[in-house]
Amino acid sequence: MSHHILEFRNVRFRYSDGTEALKGVSFRITHGESVGIVGANGAGKSTLLLHMNGHLLPTSGEVFVGEVPLRKETRPEIRRKVGVVFQNPDDQLFMPTVFDDVAFGPLNLGLPPDRVRERVHEALRRVNALALADKPPHHLSGGQKSAVAIAAVIAMEPDILVMDEPAASLDPKSRRDVISLLNTFTHSKIVASHDLDLILDVCARCLVIQDGEIVADGASAEILSDESLLVENQLELPLTLQGRPGRWGAARKIGPRP
Amino acid sequence: MGFEASYSDIGRLDRLSYGDTAVHRLDPRAKVTATILFAATVVSFPKYEVLPLLPFFLFPVLIGAIGDIPAGFIAKKVAAVSPFAVFVGIFNPLFDSSTVAIAPGVAISAGWISFASILLKFLLTISAALLLIATTSFPGICRGLRRLGLPALFVSQLLFLYRYLFVLMEEAMRVARARDMRSFGSRGTGVRVFIRVLGTLFLRTVERAERIYNAMLARGFRGEVPSIRPESFRPRDAAFVAAACGYFALCRLVNVPESIGRLVGGPGG
Repeated sequence: MSHHILEFRNVRFRYSDGTEALKGVSFRITHGESVGIVGANGAGKSTLLLHMNGHLLPTSGEVFVGEVPLRKETRPEIRRKVGVVFQNPDDQLFMPTVFDDVAFGPLNLGLPPDRVRERVHEALRRVNALALADKPPHHLSGGQKSAVAIAAVIAMEPDILVMDEPAASLDPKSRRDVISLLNTFTHSKIVASHDLDLILDVCARCLVIQDGEIVADGASAEILSDESLLVENQLELPLTLQGRPGRWGAARKIGPRP
Repeated sequence: MGFEASYSDIGRLDRLSYGDTAVHRLDPRAKVTATILFAATVVSFPKYEVLPLLPFFLFPVLIGAIGDIPAGFIAKKVAAVSPFAVFVGIFNPLFDSSTVAIAPGVAISAGWISFASILLKFLLTISAALLLIATTSFPGICRGLRRLGLPALFVSQLLFLYRYLFVLMEEAMRVARARDMRSFGSRGTGVRVFIRVLGTLFLRTVERAERIYNAMLARGFRGEVPSIRPESFRPRDAAFVAAACGYFALCRLVNVPESIGRLVGGPGG
C-alpha cells in the first residue's frame, strides 16, 4: 500500500531568525514500519516532526506522503493521512469533554453522526478509556490524558501515526500501558523520544539526528547498543542494555524497629 | 480567600454540574432563556421597589433545591463578589436623604431603600447565574447559546476560556509557588515582581495557544467547533420556560406581597 509511505528528500529548513534546523534530511519509511527518532535536545527532532503534517513547510527539498507532495494546498489531505500526537496532552485535548474531543477530528472529516459515535467508541475502547467519555480533560490523570490524546488521533484513522514523547512524565505503569498500546498498532509509526527503552520496545528501526542531519539509520537493536554513537549524541545506553545486576546490592526493606 | 482555595472552588462548581436531577436534565436553551428573562425582569424594577422583589427568590430557591445544589456553597460565592454591589450602593443613603415613611411612625431616608433594592437585585441575579452554571455546566450553556443563535466564534472563545481556565490557573499557581519558595518575608512579593510574573504567564499563554491551534489544525479544524450532542427541546422544557415566564410576569405586574397582605389583613391592611 503505497499511501503509507513517508519520504523526506533532502529537506532543509531555516527558521525566520536564520537558524538552520534541518540541513538536508533524507529517509523513507514504508508501510507498517515503526521508526524511532532520537537525538540531543535541539538536534532538530521537533522541527522534523512539524514537517510531517505540514505545520512547517521545507525551505528546500521535498516531503512525500504516499504520492502526495507536501505543499500548502495539499496540507488538508496530508493531515488526514498523518496523525500527530503532540507531547503535551493539555495542548491536544481542547474540547470540554473526552467524548467531544475524540469526536472533533471525525466530525471535521465530515462523517455522519452515527459513524462518528462508532469511531469514538472504538478509539476509546482501544486505549482502554471508555469509562472516561463524559469527563472533562482537566479532571483526568496524566496517564489518562495521554491515552485520550492518542485516541483522539487514531479516531481519524490516519495511515501514519507520529508521536512526540508519548510517555514523558508518566508513571512506570502508565508508560508500560502506552508501550503495549503502541505495539498493538499496525500503522506506520514514528516515535520521537529520549526514552530509549521505549524506542527499543516499540520501534524496529531507529534514526539518529544530530545538528539537523541524520547521522545513523538502522536497526534499533544495533544503534541503541552503540555506546560511542549514543554518547556523542548526549544519549546513553538504554537501561535494559546496561546490565548492572546487584550494583547497589539488594534493597533492604525498612521494618519496624525492635 | 487564597488563590488555591478559589481554584478548588471553581472545580467544585464544575463538578456540581454532573448531577442528574430534573433541573440538570432540562435543555440548556430552556435554562438559559429562563435565567436571562429572570435577570431582565428583576433589573427592570424601579429603584425604590423592595418588597415586590421578594417573591423572585422563589426561582433560585426552587432551582437550588430541586437541582440539589448546596445553598451554603452558593451563598459563599455570592458573598465573595458582594463588595461590588455594596460599593455601587453604599453612598445612596448619603446622597438621597429625603425621608420616606415605611410604617406608621417609622421613617428612613430613601437612600437606604434604594440601597436595599440594589442589594436584592444583585443577590437574585448572581445566585441565578451561579445556579445556571451549577446545573447546566459551562459547555452546556455554550451549546445552548450557539443553538439560540450566538455566533460560532464567540461560542468557541467561551469554550476555550472554560477549558484553559484550569490549565492557566494551575500554571499561575506553580509560578506563584516558585516565587514564594524563594522570596523570604515580603521581599520578592512586591508589585514589580508581580508584573514580571504576569509577563511570563502571558508569554507562556501565547506559546500554548499556538500549540493548541496546531493540534486543532492537525485534526481538521476549519473555523467551527462541531458538536453532535443530541439535544431536543421537549414539551417539559417548553413548560418550564412558560411557567417561569408566567411567574416572572405575575410578580412584575402585581405587587404580590402587598396583595397577600391585603388578603390576610382585610381591605385596611
